[in-house]
Amino acid sequence: MATYKLQINGKSVQTDAESDTSLLWVLRDNLGLLGAKYGCGIGQCGACTVHLNGVAVRSCSLPVSAIGNNKVTTIEGLSVNGDSPVQAAWHEVDVPQCGYCQAGQIMTAAALLAKTPKPTVAQIDDAMHPNLCRCGTYHRIREAVVLASNKMK
Amino acid sequence: MSIITSSTRRNFLKISGVTAGGLFLGFNWADADAGGFNALSPEKVLSGDISFNSYLSISPEGVITIFSPNPEVGQNIKTSFPMIVAEELDADWTRVKVLQAVLDKKYERQLTGGSGAIPHSWERLRKAGATARHMLVEAAAKRWSVPSASLTTNKGMVMHKETGRTIGYGDLATEAASIAIPSDVRLKDRKDFKLIGTAVRNVDNADIITGKPLFGIDFYREGMLFAMIQRPVSFGMKLKSVDTSAAKAQPGIVDVVTFKNNVAVVGKSTWAVNKARKLLKIEYEKEGAIESTADHDRILKELLDSPDATSRRKDGDVDAAFQAASQIVRSEYQCPFLPHNPLEPMNFFAHVREDGVELVGPTQTPELARTETAKLLGISPDKITLELTRLGGGFGRRLKADYVLEAVELSSIIKAPVKVIWTREDDMGGGSYRPAVRYRFEASLDAQGNMTGYRLRGVGINANNSTREDNFPSGAVENLLIESVEHKSPITTGAWRAPITNFLAFAEQSFLDEVALAVKQDPIQFRLNLLNRAKTSPVGAIRYDIDRMIGVIQLAAEKSGWGKKKGLSQGFSVYFSHRSYVAQVAEVEMKQGKPIIQKIHVAVDCGIVVNQSGAEQQVRGGVVDGMGHAMFSNLTFKDGATEERNFNTFRLIRLKEVPDVDVHFVDNGIDPTGLGEPALPPTGAAIANALYKATGKRLRNQPFVLQEELKGVKLGERM
Repeated sequence: MATYKLQINGKSVQTDAESDTSLLWVLRDNLGLLGAKYGCGIGQCGACTVHLNGVAVRSCSLPVSAIGNNKVTTIEGLSVNGDSPVQAAWHEVDVPQCGYCQAGQIMTAAALLAKTPKPTVAQIDDAMHPNLCRCGTYHRIREAVVLASNKMK
Repeated sequence: MSIITSSTRRNFLKISGVTAGGLFLGFNWADADAGGFNALSPEKVLSGDISFNSYLSISPEGVITIFSPNPEVGQNIKTSFPMIVAEELDADWTRVKVLQAVLDKKYERQLTGGSGAIPHSWERLRKAGATARHMLVEAAAKRWSVPSASLTTNKGMVMHKETGRTIGYGDLATEAASIAIPSDVRLKDRKDFKLIGTAVRNVDNADIITGKPLFGIDFYREGMLFAMIQRPVSFGMKLKSVDTSAAKAQPGIVDVVTFKNNVAVVGKSTWAVNKARKLLKIEYEKEGAIESTADHDRILKELLDSPDATSRRKDGDVDAAFQAASQIVRSEYQCPFLPHNPLEPMNFFAHVREDGVELVGPTQTPELARTETAKLLGISPDKITLELTRLGGGFGRRLKADYVLEAVELSSIIKAPVKVIWTREDDMGGGSYRPAVRYRFEASLDAQGNMTGYRLRGVGINANNSTREDNFPSGAVENLLIESVEHKSPITTGAWRAPITNFLAFAEQSFLDEVALAVKQDPIQFRLNLLNRAKTSPVGAIRYDIDRMIGVIQLAAEKSGWGKKKGLSQGFSVYFSHRSYVAQVAEVEMKQGKPIIQKIHVAVDCGIVVNQSGAEQQVRGGVVDGMGHAMFSNLTFKDGATEERNFNTFRLIRLKEVPDVDVHFVDNGIDPTGLGEPALPPTGAAIANALYKATGKRLRNQPFVLQEELKGVKLGERM
């Protein structure tokens, strides 16, 4: 067990964990940040997606010891009021069915748009393809990413 | 809101004051039979011993709280149920608050399954809203001394047109509580609906898009322990011996306990128990048959010729029809086992105390979870509370209580609050699959191309009846025989979204395509001819509505421009399930020698559509689900264990593989029928029939991408 100092959602937090613990379970079990979800544990579904220095990563496959001073952003830190362009678009298009994968979808979309504010259809498909949605909300995910892109100045 | 148990009028008003006042109206979801709706007086609501199942409350500020009793699994019931109440209440939707009800034995059918919630509750929800509206109007009439007939309502207000007076529901709520409950109320004419039939967004969107802890796996409590359970990896094996010493010695591990065939590792974090579990040394021994997929393939084929079949339906003389036939078409179709794979794996929280049991988690059948828990522990169900969380998908997996009972048993052994979590590998390897099934279809045809005889035999592995003997084309064929054969296996199966029909529809609708093409008839016209025959000269019982089926066929044909599109290969399919009718036309385009599934047109008759947004989602989701599993998904067994245990080897459909899906609803004003499942069954055949037209390859087994017929055929991604 070691103590880790992490930069999460703009705050510095300290937590004790085994060095190989994945960031996902540190977020969930230690820090009470429950937006990132467990879906597969092997980086295949994307439900656990968070940002590391603005890049979408699979928190289930990142050991806490590898985070260092890199800035972690979870869905809870994406916006103060849940009204970032991607979140607003997700609501407007009414994307969620069960909702379990949606935090990961939103984090993936937000990372895409931060880097590529006006993505082509192919870029949207490439970015969102790795995130599974078992309910099949894919049509509205596509639509919401386009809407979010239009909302961004 | 707390449960109110006092019984007097005075207490009611007092408690109303405490709980911000207003009108509490209990409504009995159980008694919607003609005139039997039993809107309960506040006194009765408060008595606590009257069978009311849910209630709405109106605060003096005009905020209306509606409880939604059924588990929310993504079918959007938590939005559509309250919409129905609010419609008849004439509530201002922006001031409606929806709460998930806890499990209460007074609710009826508090479950999610069978696409049955809206059809079951439609009438009683409307009456609940209408009854409250009636009382509010009467209260306003009394206050203003005007006839209630002179009053109208809109958006949470009562209006008196002559004098221009208006008053909000909140201001009337306390007075309305003293109005006599009407024995019967008039429901709105459909043309006056303001909310039903519009697109209303999911009431939980704000929480979902900000990552709020809504799901069972998100349930945490101070002092709670975490557990993972090692179950036998192979079906047909049982626990022989276990060495827990290495696992127990791991940091963060509290205990390792064994019960039934389970070895549970209990600890202080999810990570700790998952890691320690890998150090368990377990020996298993054979308890039943150890089967592999090769065995299943052989068994399914052999049993198609078994002398022991259960006859499900017999019309006319099918042998004579085949003897007299001028042409016979015969085909076999097979599907693999499938896991449900809800994205939230199984999990449940249980705290078994001396004085009672607390359960929290995601289940489609909370009542079953409670009664099974009571049975397991030998206690009264009254001692058990169950708080329903949101479900991260279900697809039928969460109809079973096995994962609840494990948590209960573990908590009772370790005498501590515990959340049991399944890993994806546990979930995919842990059983309760869609059964593997093989069908043989045979059709006899006369010289004019009429189908004179129809034989279907289904062989399933733990499928029970693998047929649906009264579905189309039963009733349309003079000589018909439908039989099923069952193979019992240690591999556990269960209801998987659109049970049986999720594959039967593919097989049947592909076969009818084969028959139509064999007699050189248009596939749609061929089906319409059969339906017309069923109408003019029905054979035996007909348990589907011929006109509704014709309605969706015609709508799909019209919207897809059936037969009129150049450069596109269209495939047709239609199916009746869960009281609703869905027809689909899939379109395949050949690009550089590759078939690309471009679009699926869907025509749905589910009666009145409550929520356009949610309904479109259910249909599209069903189509994506049906397409994905037909094309890609495969669960195989080696020596009793699944070979696929996670998403690296088990393929689910992803975003790029999804074609456009256009959804059209039949507008016929019929009371709502099912929608959570009916869009799934027809999809596989629409696609397979279109792929056949495009490539000349007939797909009879699933998943498509692994079939010999598609070797050398490059499926293109839709772009």
